[in-house]
Amino acid sequence: MSPTATWLAVVAASALVFGLKLLGHLVPEHWLAKPRVAQTAALVTVALLSALVAVQAATIGRELVADARLPALGVAAVALMLRAPFILVVVLAAATAAGLRALGMS
Amino acid sequence: MTDDARRAALRQSVSVAVATGLYGISFGALSVVAGLSTAQTMALSLLMFSGGSQFAFIGVIGSGGTAGAAIATAGLLGARNGLYGPQVTPLLAANGWRRPLAAQLTIDESTAVATAQADPAAGRLGFWWTGIGVFVMWNLFTLLGAVLGDALGDPRRYGLDAAAAAAFLALVWPRLSGPGAHLSRLVAGGAVAVALALTPFTPAGVPVLLAAAVAIVVGAVAPVRPVEART
Repeated sequence: MSPTATWLAVVAASALVFGLKLLGHLVPEHWLAKPRVAQTAALVTVALLSALVAVQAATIGRELVADARLPALGVAAVALMLRAPFILVVVLAAATAAGLRALGMS
Repeated sequence: MTDDARRAALRQSVSVAVATGLYGISFGALSVVAGLSTAQTMALSLLMFSGGSQFAFIGVIGSGGTAGAAIATAGLLGARNGLYGPQVTPLLAANGWRRPLAAQLTIDESTAVATAQADPAAGRLGFWWTGIGVFVMWNLFTLLGAVLGDALGDPRRYGLDAAAAAAFLALVWPRLSGPGAHLSRLVAGGAVAVALALTPFTPAGVPVLLAAAVAIVVGAVAPVRPVEART
């Protein structure tokens, strides 16, 4: 792809993503007065974040992959169960994956 | 808003901004590796400013996808930010120039911190501090990652990919724990299963979006309960 084509794609995709964000802010607030809409919106957030965990932890491209990220995620889960602060959870996960890879795990 | 609520919101905002910013370094490096220039990489972090969409965009470009595919994938993944809007607007009551600014800052992290606060004023504080904090850190570390680029070598070596997964887990965790979160745990399990099952068959970013279908189906058929108490 030429630099110009890449720039056009960058600007177009950014405009689209911003447009979607702005659309969410322009939705009439009374839609939220319906408990089912609020409940569904909250569940959608849970679903997307959970799916992101799975995709970030266990896939590369279109492949399902089990590598050092999975034990790292396990360590993060234990840290969360022990009510560790967010930053500690993240650092422990990175350190676990980096350590396991230093030992030869993929 | 009590001082405790204010401090808790600020502490979470700073933690999330630092943690998210740190994996911006992996985005910057991966973007340059995918063939984008440093300026294009920075344009994505400044203008698109949505980690999932940005990673998806460079993933498609890097694997030789078309501009159209890259735009569509980023847009599909960015649609969830549109769903966050109705969750944060009642807290923010932003008008005029603040509205597009709030829209640009409406991402996973700012929404999660804002809606996790029990007090609406603390939620508003959490939204702005997290949004602005992540924006600043994300862009600084994107620049650092892009400049270091190849010099850094593989960001996986530093476990930055695992850090990203852990960050999302930490964000969803409060929504899955405690009484009343039974439905949320069911949806989370379903979403993980759907995302992983679809990964081999759909373009990058699509499994995450289709996992939202699980939530919409459950939301449509499950009995409506009073709004769950936030932790």
